[in-house]
Amino acid sequence: METETILIRRARIIDPSRQLDRVGDLLLGGGEILATGRLGRDRVPDGCRIIKGDGLVASPGFIDLHCHLREPGFEYKETIAAGSRAGAKGGFTTLCCMPNTDPPIDNAAVVEFIHERARHDSLVRILPIGCVTKGRKGHELAEMEELASAGVAAFSDDGDPVYDANLMRLALIYSSDLGLAITNHSQDPSLSCNGVMAEGSVATHLGLDGIPAAAEEAMIARDIALAEATGGRLHVAHLSTAGSVPLVREAKERGLSVTAEVCPHHLTITDQWVLGDKGEAAGAAGGRAYDTSTKVYPPLRSQRDVDALVEALADGTIDCIATDHAPHELSSKQVTYQDAAFGISVLETALGSLLQLVHRRKLSMGAMIDRLTTGPARVLGESYSDLASMQSGTPADIVLFDPEEEWTVDTSEFESKGRNTPLEGTVLKGRVVATFVSGRLVYQGPGLKIEEPHARP
Amino acid sequence: MAVSRTIETPDIDDLLAVKPTPRKHVLDLDDFSREEIEEVLESARSMKEVLGRDIKKVPALRGKVIVTLFYEASTRTRMSFEEAGKVLSADVINMSASGSSAEKGESLLNTGLTIQAMGIDTIVLRHPHSGAPYLLAQHLNKVSVINAGDGLHAHPTQALLDLYTVQDKLGSGARGSLEGLKVVIVGDVLHSRVARSNIWGFAKMGAKVVLSGPATLMPPDLLRSSKRIARSQFASLVDVDTNLDRAIEGADVVMALRLQKERQNAGFLPSVREYIRRWQITDDRLAKAKPGALVMHPGPMNEGIEISSSIAHGGSSVIEEQVTNGVAVRMALLFQLTTGPGQ
Repeated sequence: METETILIRRARIIDPSRQLDRVGDLLLGGGEILATGRLGRDRVPDGCRIIKGDGLVASPGFIDLHCHLREPGFEYKETIAAGSRAGAKGGFTTLCCMPNTDPPIDNAAVVEFIHERARHDSLVRILPIGCVTKGRKGHELAEMEELASAGVAAFSDDGDPVYDANLMRLALIYSSDLGLAITNHSQDPSLSCNGVMAEGSVATHLGLDGIPAAAEEAMIARDIALAEATGGRLHVAHLSTAGSVPLVREAKERGLSVTAEVCPHHLTITDQWVLGDKGEAAGAAGGRAYDTSTKVYPPLRSQRDVDALVEALADGTIDCIATDHAPHELSSKQVTYQDAAFGISVLETALGSLLQLVHRRKLSMGAMIDRLTTGPARVLGESYSDLASMQSGTPADIVLFDPEEEWTVDTSEFESKGRNTPLEGTVLKGRVVATFVSGRLVYQGPGLKIEEPHARP
Repeated sequence: MAVSRTIETPDIDDLLAVKPTPRKHVLDLDDFSREEIEEVLESARSMKEVLGRDIKKVPALRGKVIVTLFYEASTRTRMSFEEAGKVLSADVINMSASGSSAEKGESLLNTGLTIQAMGIDTIVLRHPHSGAPYLLAQHLNKVSVINAGDGLHAHPTQALLDLYTVQDKLGSGARGSLEGLKVVIVGDVLHSRVARSNIWGFAKMGAKVVLSGPATLMPPDLLRSSKRIARSQFASLVDVDTNLDRAIEGADVVMALRLQKERQNAGFLPSVREYIRRWQITDDRLAKAKPGALVMHPGPMNEGIEISSSIAHGGSSVIEEQVTNGVAVRMALLFQLTTGPGQ
């Protein structure tokens, strides 16, 4: 991979792995971070390209523990190539792709296929997640050791829970010597039934089948009990209800190996959006009832849930932010709400959405970046910690963003094949300027100004 | 005019004292103002006069084409729309999902676009999915859409005919006010689009709506016992009392909803027998309502389950009048839409 030497001058450097937050220079070269801090002119190498970082934030590239790249099997929804471009545009340098593909990622051959595709097509690091059970069918354990050896980053049957409690128990026991987490999609299907949105007043008004919060909470409570009984490593996928927060908090207080993630949409928008009421957040974009782009699992919930999740993210109860990027083709959303596919295309709007929380002072900039970098790296394990660090000698996976730039979401400009987002037409504040993976510039926003190399006089 | 020689009575324009406010679609009553509902009911009164004539035909919608597009079985709603359109001289095409391209997998949206391309003026849609008419209304810019029942969500023409029926019987003053009337809706509210639309309709007209039925068949956010869910604006329109013997006291209107027997299998009910014991509208129960109270049912009835036979066919029942009024109300709406903006 071609890399060059690049100096980013006078950016606000935020590196949560070292509790660093100060204006300084950042030197990348040979695919690695060479230095951070105030660099005198004598330390700037010849032929170095220079980026003016004034007003910009530089941090480790974001790590997404949970996205759907749809390949193999659903290339009409998304591909590794398009998903990786979307990730790079959103500031993500590592994407963990869920195994609900066709065939599912339940054996080493599929893992190798994804690695191969990623080598050719991807701008960012792709870490496949392996199935917990063969074929994601929930009957027999997948060959988890073989998957681990092939390089999966975690295990999940995402899209479906591991519904059989004993199988989940055995999965936690069996995987405990592999050092990888089991990410369970927390949904008790006997409670969610045919639900298509959160239970509550909007569901009643619109006559849509509601999904009770207990469908998530019952499954999380069960999984925590199983993690406690087995000593296994549990990661709770896309936590979305106020009632799930104390379950995770208490599990952590008891010292269990339990971590949790939350999605940008569950932190920023509510089920009122299904009614077409986008509130002040919408900017110029008007809403309409039954907008299928709001259909997502877990469903958008009440303001009370949103507030509890933001608080839990800020205080560290929730370890990280994951996008659950779930791209779909247009025709699977241009149907009735009941028939529409679940999922939102998130990668390209995640940062702008999350910065709303920073601008409103509900979350510090440092905490937001921690939950996008060191937080997910901790869930992945010690061997991935370099991906979330700006220490000299670590891979130069870097995002540079302007936290103040206002822009209007226009899905026709998306890199992702999935244009399914309720944020279409919404004004967001904060946008990626450049993304580097191993020192290579993989995304260059319109605001990026690079001074061409010139020899020192 | 030679064509209208058989029509000896004045056209509807001359009959209408108030011209209804033009609108493009009828999707739910949540976006109707009280004034607009009153206008529709007022114009339905003129329409009912036409229905009482020997020659039930006025040229109001001559040259207009209406499609009834039904993805669910229906007798009265479909026939009622068809009759309403024909009395107003519109051409009415009936289309069912069975036997149409829908069986070949054509999407609702593509069916709608096809209908629009044929130059149809109005689509009357019945669909098992809540919000289906909104999908058509969003994507079809040349066609008016009338919701003839969508999933659990809404059945606005049913609610309007119910309002008309109550106003006709119990309305007070020159304008037939429903202010202060107590309306008790009994049964499976959770799965009832009729209940939802009637809650909007009666509440907007100033009546007091009380829901009664098994707690398992009430929307969870309407139950006070569910403290976790903030009570909504929608919930603020109604009271819930699962004890029907108490809820029915002093009622002016008692509306029974259809109970689908499948609810027992799905676990919502211990048994239909127990439902009958607690929530059937019987003579004993009706005796607790106000003297002269009306009994209504949107049909089709399960006689002997949600309503006893003696009540269904007794002196309090206005169930057949509901059907008659349904034609008049639908005439009023078809007229309102096909003469509205963009037409």
